[in-house]
Amino acid sequence: MASVDFVNVKKSFGSHPVIKGVDVEIADGEFVILVGPSGCGKSTLLRMLAGLENISAGEIRIGDKVVNRLAPKERDIAMVFQNYALYPHMTVAENMAFSLKLKGASKAEIETRVKPAAEILGLTPLLDRYPRQLSGGQRQRVAMGRAIVRDPQVFLFDEPLSNLDAKLRVAMRAEIKELHQRLKTTTVYVTHDQIEAMTMADKIVVMHDGIVEQIGAPLELYDQPANLFVAGFIGSPAMNMIKGRLDPENASRFIALDGTVLPVGKPVEAAKGKDLIYGLRPESMRLDGSGIPITVVVIEPTGSETQMMAKLAGVDVACVFHERVAARPGDIINVAIDTRSTHLFDAESGRRL
Amino acid sequence: MSKATHSLPRTIAAHAVLIAYTVIALFPVVVIIINSMKSRNAIFRTPLSPPTPETFDLVGYTTVLAQGDFFLYFQNSFIVTVASLFFVLLFGAMAAFALAEYRFKGNTLMGLYLALGIMIPIRLGTVAILQLMVASGLVNTLTALILVYTAQGLPLCVFILSEFMKQVSDDLKNAGRIDGLSEYRIFFRLVLPLVRPAMATVAVFTMIPIWNDLWFPLILAPSEATKTVTLGAQLFIGQYVTNWNAVLAALSLAILPVLVLYLIFSRQLIRGITSGAVK
Repeated sequence: MASVDFVNVKKSFGSHPVIKGVDVEIADGEFVILVGPSGCGKSTLLRMLAGLENISAGEIRIGDKVVNRLAPKERDIAMVFQNYALYPHMTVAENMAFSLKLKGASKAEIETRVKPAAEILGLTPLLDRYPRQLSGGQRQRVAMGRAIVRDPQVFLFDEPLSNLDAKLRVAMRAEIKELHQRLKTTTVYVTHDQIEAMTMADKIVVMHDGIVEQIGAPLELYDQPANLFVAGFIGSPAMNMIKGRLDPENASRFIALDGTVLPVGKPVEAAKGKDLIYGLRPESMRLDGSGIPITVVVIEPTGSETQMMAKLAGVDVACVFHERVAARPGDIINVAIDTRSTHLFDAESGRRL
Repeated sequence: MSKATHSLPRTIAAHAVLIAYTVIALFPVVVIIINSMKSRNAIFRTPLSPPTPETFDLVGYTTVLAQGDFFLYFQNSFIVTVASLFFVLLFGAMAAFALAEYRFKGNTLMGLYLALGIMIPIRLGTVAILQLMVASGLVNTLTALILVYTAQGLPLCVFILSEFMKQVSDDLKNAGRIDGLSEYRIFFRLVLPLVRPAMATVAVFTMIPIWNDLWFPLILAPSEATKTVTLGAQLFIGQYVTNWNAVLAALSLAILPVLVLYLIFSRQLIRGITSGAVK
């Protein structure tokens, strides 16, 4: 096991920069998730750590060793790919044993490493099967088994759950997390799914357009997003953004474009009268007869909660209520806003105030 | 699609077309084989009738086999075909892998250059090739033929295989790299087994023109010791008299080895042809 450090890492394909200077520190044993929309450079960053892409500038360290120039096999890492990448002409056991065999391990040693790994993942009855005879979830487990057997310094996962159906994805999510708790190996995991990131990570790195937008624990990102991008990316349904400005007289009053007044939790005196964006989480509204009126547009009961699209201050907002709401489209209902979870963002820079 | 195959008139029509095609394709082969087993008079009198007890005659085969050197000719053809095939597949697959796998300047240009040979027949260069072989003292050797046929087969091989190799998952190759495979072992142990159907396709397309070629054996290796089957069969075609029994018997025999090779590849071949279409 080892720590991983990215120091001002850059990468360009020709003259086109895709990673524009990334600094990330990953502690020994940490489960870190790189998340961002597609094309943000997260997979490239992982592949650079794996040694599958050259590093244009900067330094990547695994433990104390700079690995910029090392071949993938010398980095002591194991990687799980999105489409599993199992060797199709080898059985499950052979797939798992392959890297050890290449290193010249003895038969007995291979046996003692493959068996417990297969045990952990429930693959023991499948050891003699070929990958084509397995289901998606089983293949994914074999790919993980292949990684475990190597006992590497760092596990790398490249969108491992994207090819699985929704139900299996939730199950595998828990399995991977449990595996990490058991093995405590440093793990770097790439996904575009913020739910995966929120549920599994010790630390999330939000990337966008080749730069790191924010690094932090899942709930830290949720409660204190650094800027509009992180605020909009983390959380589902996404945070509602309402344009307007802060009342020049009273910093705890936000005036939306249509004149609706919204309450501000932490007044920022310096921003009085400035153009700002008001961030409102869908679940920080609750029904309250004396609250702000909103017009129901679409109502989606899911049983445990009620999701709603509504008009607030002239813009579409998503709301999530934990009780059942007996409203119809077109109705006007009143809601109170929980000011502990509202945010103000600078309209120009996008930073949270 | 499955509905269409259930309709009876459509099934009949499809079969009629296929059967007609099969008959046309097999007609010359069948004529050669039935006539090779008939007496000389019967060949000319009723060329399309199968051998009857009266007309049945294996004189052609006895002539060919009595000629003695025919086994040598077969051996020559076989050596040339198999060796050429081996080199075409090896070098072609390697070049295709490089083109499909590595990003380098002029990659596309190099691919086009390597595929150019499909459009330009190698026979245009016969004179230069002959001069080259004379200069290097390779005239009347099987090596000369193997070299020429390897050059002739490579363009198509590179062209087809590079397309197939592009379809081999990058993740798989990267998994191999992380597991510690060298580039050569990735090529031989991961990529080659996966493009095996395509290799069989290329093998068949490469093999048949080589086996059937008359041109280059006639020009580069006409000596008794290096004659191939097709050239050997010319022995019986005279300026004034042609021993048709022997020619037809020699041609019938020449079908056999190539048929065996074809059967070896054919299982793979069918998978190769359908692999892109059915998924």
